[in-house]
Amino acid sequence: MSRSILFSRTLQSPVFAAAVAAALGLAVLAIGLAAAGYDPASALGALWRGAFGSWYAFTSATLVRATPLIVLGIGFALAMQAGALNIGAEGQFYAGAIAATWVALHVGGVPGVVAIPAVLAAGAVAGALWILGPVVLRLRFGVLEVISTLLLNFVAEALVSLMVQGPLQEAKHIYPQSDPIPTSARLPLMPGTRLHVGLLLAVGLGAAAWVVLRRTRWGFALRAAGAGPRAAQVIGRIRVPRTLATGLLISGSLAGLGGAIEITGVTYALFQNLSPGYGFQAIAVALLARLNPLGVVAAGLLFGALEAGAGGMQREAGVPAVAVDVVQAVVIVVTLLSVAASSARAAAAAPEAT
Amino acid sequence: MPPPILELSGIRKRFGSAEALNGVDFSLARGEVHALLGENGAGKSTLMHIAYGMLTPDAGSIRVGGSGVRFRSPRQAIALGIGMVHQHFTTVGPMTVEENLWLAAGRRAPWTAGRVAGLERLYEGISPTARVEELSVAVKQRLEIVKALAADARVLLLDEPTAVLAPPEVDDLLTVLRIFAEQGGAVALITHKLREVFAAADRVTVLRQGAVTLRGLRQDLTEEGLARAMIGADPLERVVGDEPPRRGRSGSADEPGILVRGPGFAIRGGEVVGLAAVEGNGQRAWLRVIAGVEPGSGVKVTGPVAFIPEDRTTEGLIPAFSLTENVALGLRDDPRWARGPWLYWPAVSSRTAELIAGFDIRASGPDAPASSLSGGNQQKLVFARALELRPRVLVAENPTRGLDVHATAEVHRRLRETAREGSAVVLYSADLDEVLTLADRVFVMYRGVVQEARAGASRDEIGRMMLGLFGDSTG
Repeated sequence: MSRSILFSRTLQSPVFAAAVAAALGLAVLAIGLAAAGYDPASALGALWRGAFGSWYAFTSATLVRATPLIVLGIGFALAMQAGALNIGAEGQFYAGAIAATWVALHVGGVPGVVAIPAVLAAGAVAGALWILGPVVLRLRFGVLEVISTLLLNFVAEALVSLMVQGPLQEAKHIYPQSDPIPTSARLPLMPGTRLHVGLLLAVGLGAAAWVVLRRTRWGFALRAAGAGPRAAQVIGRIRVPRTLATGLLISGSLAGLGGAIEITGVTYALFQNLSPGYGFQAIAVALLARLNPLGVVAAGLLFGALEAGAGGMQREAGVPAVAVDVVQAVVIVVTLLSVAASSARAAAAAPEAT
Repeated sequence: MPPPILELSGIRKRFGSAEALNGVDFSLARGEVHALLGENGAGKSTLMHIAYGMLTPDAGSIRVGGSGVRFRSPRQAIALGIGMVHQHFTTVGPMTVEENLWLAAGRRAPWTAGRVAGLERLYEGISPTARVEELSVAVKQRLEIVKALAADARVLLLDEPTAVLAPPEVDDLLTVLRIFAEQGGAVALITHKLREVFAAADRVTVLRQGAVTLRGLRQDLTEEGLARAMIGADPLERVVGDEPPRRGRSGSADEPGILVRGPGFAIRGGEVVGLAAVEGNGQRAWLRVIAGVEPGSGVKVTGPVAFIPEDRTTEGLIPAFSLTENVALGLRDDPRWARGPWLYWPAVSSRTAELIAGFDIRASGPDAPASSLSGGNQQKLVFARALELRPRVLVAENPTRGLDVHATAEVHRRLRETAREGSAVVLYSADLDEVLTLADRVFVMYRGVVQEARAGASRDEIGRMMLGLFGDSTG
């Protein structure tokens, strides 16, 4: 009896569900690889080595890829906890990247302790500004943020093109990219690797977001506004629109910060297609983590490993890197199914309304 | 008695581990109104949903016009002339009356298709091109019947159709049902109001916990017998508390002890003021302004206010949140757990555990989600939290909607107790009898204006005031 309860608790736990989702995703990938004529064992081995095969692979590929996913995933989770769907992290990421590049290119002589915070802050502010329009549209006219934030992604991408062929183009005006940012504006690296301190920032943000959501009055109000907006307003006397707006602005600023971290920690320059779709992968990461900021850190590491491993798989086994998208897709589907199943269970457990 | 047009026999239905129906027989003959009586959760709706093909029985048979049928969907029931009026409206608000009828009939027919002689009143004052969301509640209710007729229903199943109507509208509806039956139709009327049974039914079947406890012709039955069959024991202690309502004390606005003052009214501590109004006359906003939930001018309230909103699961509670979190939601600034920016959950949790014990809330613990509680226990939690605010004014909106007799009695007891302890209680209920049972004074709201009913006003007089018929009171 108690064992079966324990077992069913385990089955329902988000961690277990996430593990099952990941395992299923890998299994589907293996079947797909076999069907396409690859040797699944050697391809998956290459995937593993690409992600965890060496200290360098782990730090410089996996952890570097995980960092933006974690930062953007926390942003998506916070907005969704507040009851809003920010599908525009990609655009806010680019807005942050543009602002960070611009500021970084103008702080040449300033020491790093000042320059780096200034550059990161510029990214965060730009991300928040990028989402300000959708916030106002939502509160004033009821325009769904799902649509407005999504559409602004395309605008942001176009703006990056404009910048790297115009105001921010490198000095020789040949390549569509910016000049490299000065050393003083670059994030410190872990010696011998390409891993930058942005990862620490990401993990710290995850912990901070968890504490805010779970331990503070404000975080509780944010969750209440998302989980039951009418009860939050009527019983909790929470100003729901304002809370929603704050959640979205924080979400946007985190995505902008993610863009700034990418510029200052990884690429050191702005160019088109800077993001391989971080803004969308971050949604999957946050969903897999069931919107728990600490879970986002773990799920971000998983997705980072998959992305890093995909590179290894392509180099070693000749499998196109996009194959790992299968894993991510299966993970998302399984997670959504398990969320739907647990809410159906809750509905079935609830008393019948007559 | 003519042979039954619809006959259900030995119907069993189980939801998970709960037996909803345990071998129930029910039949309907042409020309009769058959009342189906029972407490909430007795299985009335389940039985009707089976008769309408929305649910399939685990065992038992259904015969329509003498031949056995096995419904897989309501479509088949509709094709056999069975129509249902649900507890909630099933019209599409942005569409017109005509379009809704086409939707129901499955074809573009004239909007009065299926009209029954003698029922012209059903169509009075409805424009086929009006958008349904612009119609009044009573008209929408009539439209539900018109819809069933448009699909050529000869059998009408009505699930608590009077819940949203004012007394004169209820009488109208019952008259319509009588005429429909006299014209050769058959009506099953779900209700838990004995008055309606005696006003309209030919036959009565009482369900309790999924089984028939009483069956008979109206003239052979007594109120006490029906009530006993419904609740399985002698009728409860009449739900009125030990003190009878002190109806008729008038409140002058300069008297001390006034806790709520507004245009044309004043409410004192220690009294229950009942508000009677037909849905949609502004009572929602009025209650919310007093409760401080919606902005409004001209109403002054002294002391802390607690609000018990009508809809427990969207406004009263957050179903996905635990009991602890729901308690914290209503008491966000309580110094016992709110310190600076921090919220100390252990303190909320232990207080919640105390409330669970003190209010006899059936829950697996403070961490259980609110959605796992029954309606009655959810309402206990809402009350426990409201009283935890130590309110001087308690505003309750339909606080017993959807609750069974026991839970209702509990809510009534709490409301009286709160008044006895010196707080002002403002109670709105769509059930006029509940207002009359509990209130010391009765306010009537019509088109946004509140008027106090005179001391000793009769039920009928208040009913007329609810429809704006002031002045011609005969007492």
